[in-house]
Amino acid sequence: MKPAPFAFVRPRSLEEALEVLGAHPDAKVLAGGQSLVPLLTMRLAAPAMLVDINAVPDLDRISCDDDGVRIGALVRHAALLRDEDAARTQPLLRLALSHVAHPTIRNRGTTVGSIVHADAAAEMPAVLALLGGSVEVASVRGRRTIEAADLFAGPLESTLAHDEIAVSAWFPALRPGERVGFAEIARRHGDYAMCGVAALVGPERTRVAYLSVEEVPTIVDLTGVAPDDVGEAALAHLDPQPDIHATAAYRSQLVRVLTRRVLEQAA
Amino acid sequence: MTTKLFGTKVPRVEDDRLLRGQGRYVGDVFSGQDALHAAVLRSPHAHARILDIDVEPVLDVEGVVAVYTYDDLEDAMGEPLPLLIPHPTLTHGRTQYALAKDEVNYAGEAVAFVVATDRYVAEDAVARIRVRYEPLPAVVGIAASRAAEHLVHDDVPGNVGARMEQHNGDAPAEIAKAPHTLTLDLDVERSACTPLEGRGVAARWDPDQQRLQVWSSTQTATGVRAAVAAKLGLDLRAVDVITPDVGGGFGVKINHPWPEELLVPLAAMRLGRPVSYVEDRREHFVASAHERAQVQHIEVGFDDEGRLLGLDVMFWHDHGAYTPYGLIVPIITSTQLLGPYKPRAYRVVFESIYTNTVIVTPYRGAGRPQGVYAMERTMDAIAAYLGKDRTEVRAVNFIQPDEFPYEHGLVFQDGRPLTYDSGDYPASLEKIKQLVGWDEFPQYRKEMAAQGRRVGIGLACYVEGTGVGPYEGAHVHIETSGKVKVATGLTSQGQGHQTVFAQLVADELGVRFEDVEVVTGDTRRMPYAVGTFASRAAVMSGSAIHLAAKRAKEKALRIAAEALEADVDDLEITDGVVSVKGAPGASISLGTVAVLSNPLRYAFDEASKSATQFAVGDPDKPPVAPGEEPGLEGKDFYSPERSTFASGMHAVIVETDPDTAEITILKYAVVHDCGHLINPMIVEGQIHGGVAQGVGGALYERMVYDENGQLQNASFMDFLMPYVSEVPETIDIDHLETPSPLNPLGIKGAGEAGVIPSAALFASAIEDAEGIEITAMPISPSDLFTLREEHR
Repeated sequence: MKPAPFAFVRPRSLEEALEVLGAHPDAKVLAGGQSLVPLLTMRLAAPAMLVDINAVPDLDRISCDDDGVRIGALVRHAALLRDEDAARTQPLLRLALSHVAHPTIRNRGTTVGSIVHADAAAEMPAVLALLGGSVEVASVRGRRTIEAADLFAGPLESTLAHDEIAVSAWFPALRPGERVGFAEIARRHGDYAMCGVAALVGPERTRVAYLSVEEVPTIVDLTGVAPDDVGEAALAHLDPQPDIHATAAYRSQLVRVLTRRVLEQAA
Repeated sequence: MTTKLFGTKVPRVEDDRLLRGQGRYVGDVFSGQDALHAAVLRSPHAHARILDIDVEPVLDVEGVVAVYTYDDLEDAMGEPLPLLIPHPTLTHGRTQYALAKDEVNYAGEAVAFVVATDRYVAEDAVARIRVRYEPLPAVVGIAASRAAEHLVHDDVPGNVGARMEQHNGDAPAEIAKAPHTLTLDLDVERSACTPLEGRGVAARWDPDQQRLQVWSSTQTATGVRAAVAAKLGLDLRAVDVITPDVGGGFGVKINHPWPEELLVPLAAMRLGRPVSYVEDRREHFVASAHERAQVQHIEVGFDDEGRLLGLDVMFWHDHGAYTPYGLIVPIITSTQLLGPYKPRAYRVVFESIYTNTVIVTPYRGAGRPQGVYAMERTMDAIAAYLGKDRTEVRAVNFIQPDEFPYEHGLVFQDGRPLTYDSGDYPASLEKIKQLVGWDEFPQYRKEMAAQGRRVGIGLACYVEGTGVGPYEGAHVHIETSGKVKVATGLTSQGQGHQTVFAQLVADELGVRFEDVEVVTGDTRRMPYAVGTFASRAAVMSGSAIHLAAKRAKEKALRIAAEALEADVDDLEITDGVVSVKGAPGASISLGTVAVLSNPLRYAFDEASKSATQFAVGDPDKPPVAPGEEPGLEGKDFYSPERSTFASGMHAVIVETDPDTAEITILKYAVVHDCGHLINPMIVEGQIHGGVAQGVGGALYERMVYDENGQLQNASFMDFLMPYVSEVPETIDIDHLETPSPLNPLGIKGAGEAGVIPSAALFASAIEDAEGIEITAMPISPSDLFTLREEHR
């Protein structure tokens, strides 16, 4: 379990990082390394170069205003989890982050990194999708904003181009009259969930996000559905997949139970 | 007066060093030295013929020093690995080659061996070796093996490696005339030891002295030594095997020699440079050993009280692709199945069968968890059938305290009669009922039901043959400083041997605990030993150390009596000083006794002056008396006639979520009887660890093979070893101390106990909570949900 050979660069500025990344089609960005390093050691990924952005200044900032929370690419899960302003502005962040793995992983892993890693079993991509947030990406070609709805292309696949770095993510603030809920069930504490559900309930809409159910985080609109029917209504839009930890039928049951629980939480 | 340490909670001397990261493991042996590192190319196929291996692309990789395939192995190295424990019924035993010859029989089998300047380069090189395989149909799982549509080994008909039968009385006849009968079909899946440190071996060849030094993360230094010497054609005296700190074993490291344990020394000799290999986690899953998978068919006849009249068991044991460790696991299942009970007649037949999966060798519990599962599921089924309390049915079947020694009329794993030495099962049952609140549970269940919560209680009993022979030995040396050096040959994997063995020596010799240093698993210090397995270290080496210390003490007292001009019977040793009882001032330190024990010609310090030829001794007698040896040492061996049988009972209260089928442990209780306790804290630590491992085996861990024999969850991400958050927060433990008459300390083994009843226990509790018969373990929430759907 040793990685294949790779070159390693540690740029001191974003510009430098973007240049290196643009010049090396087989390079990968390293931030917290909590997903990438295991892939390297198991030789499931063998990039020719790692561009370590940990020395790039100003990427570790959390800024909150009335509109939402913006976090830089180097903000660790643990820092965001601790941040009182962020928790006030959008309570779903803290609610969901407490389910992200274990403290040691949260201390290194970055929230933006987790989002662009696009694992359908991860909490924060689903949160971003539910809230309708976005990711700001940069390359030598310039900057652009990718809306959450356009970000997740498939399992472990985002719509970032190879030469792009996600420099920040933006989560909209909780608006007056809105409530949120989050619950998940994992085999072991801190594992990837067999099923996770996040809810955003407002005066006009009820939206629910599902992680670990399909190949990308999935949003279902349950506006106006009676409380007793929410589970079946959600399943009408979902196609739960089996894996070694849960049959499709069991995963469907978790969708039913957790949808109800999370909507009660957010009621 | 020196306080007696036996029976007290002496803190582990190992912990300070290990917890500060100062442990020294195989991976540290050559740290900072210019050593070479090895990696192994492993078969990607579960079953295939090897057509061609092309190592050309590797030879020009910078840093690669050597590449070996089967064709590079000579003489004994080209023969299959040893079948360690032959048995007459193992008619079709098979073992693998150090490197696969023409065929691979599991995904993970070693095919080629690369030595390079570091492990990174070695892995790069492994990835470049080109092997052409002709895939063959893979036999995966017990059902496919029994169907024998395809064979694992062409020359093993029906995939059956062994078929063995034992019986006491005529079970089928008893069942035929019994008032009631039941049939059960049960299933247990695979798990594995997964110690924190995997296997590892390092070796250095000294060409000047023609001497090989091997460090191995093993449970048997002497076994590895003998195997290495035999395979590499060396004199035993030319090979030293040393076990450094070992990061857990749990059974997998008793199997030996692993291919790497031979290939690393071979490379070190051929290349004339130190070589090391440390298994990685993925390799541990696919290339070490698993255990536990069995399918069981039970027929039982019983009377109105639930008394066992006839018990007839047939089971199929999945031993994977090869049988290096013989039939030990299924033999233990077949004999230890009986637990604390005495059926009027018993018959057991097993078939040990081949599959194209990782080999099966003992894992903590070693076949006992499966046997207990079969027996305790049967007890629960009888209780349910008769509408009786589960504890009552067990109680009427117990061997009673006045029936020991109790002979079962069977042959145990050590080839000796299965005879229990001592125990008190009725007392254990009373204690466990108290501890878990068995009689109060119906009320508790009612209260919980009122809150919409579903709970169940389970109980499981076991008897564990521990301390199997043939022997262990010990050497105790009192140095002139008064410090005591102790060596025993079996190895340590974190159990706390240095602590408990020092307790025994301090007590026997009357020296300070801090002055005793214990070395284990170093063939330079104790070349005669067997190994650490079967909960045997305390019983075997503990007894040997006690006996060796006794000899050293006798000698010390003889010499001191002469020096003090006193009678041996009037002497006592306290804090390392021998004194005459009731005569203050008449004393001599053990260090000085050690000086006197070794008559000297040359003085090298103040103390040794007193042992020189003009200072001491009767000029008319030989300086070393006839029958004596110089030096203050004691050496002895302990070899019991048979195993000693520990026992215990576990009880658990679980909650099952009516919606999500999640299973939560609310209370876990253990009553444990391993005879006298040398160190209750260490015994309880063993129980805690065993329970944690048992929870893993019952509720979380399984080896998920697909139909092609590919292990789908060969990582700690998907193989669900429980975290601290999954094991019970508290484990209530009560001890019973029924001493063993078989050893001088009255002790029994305790290492495996905690894990043994888990599958049976959780099946019992979940069945009780759900009202659904549980016949397959482990069980996950998804499995429980499926069962609920089937029983709707």
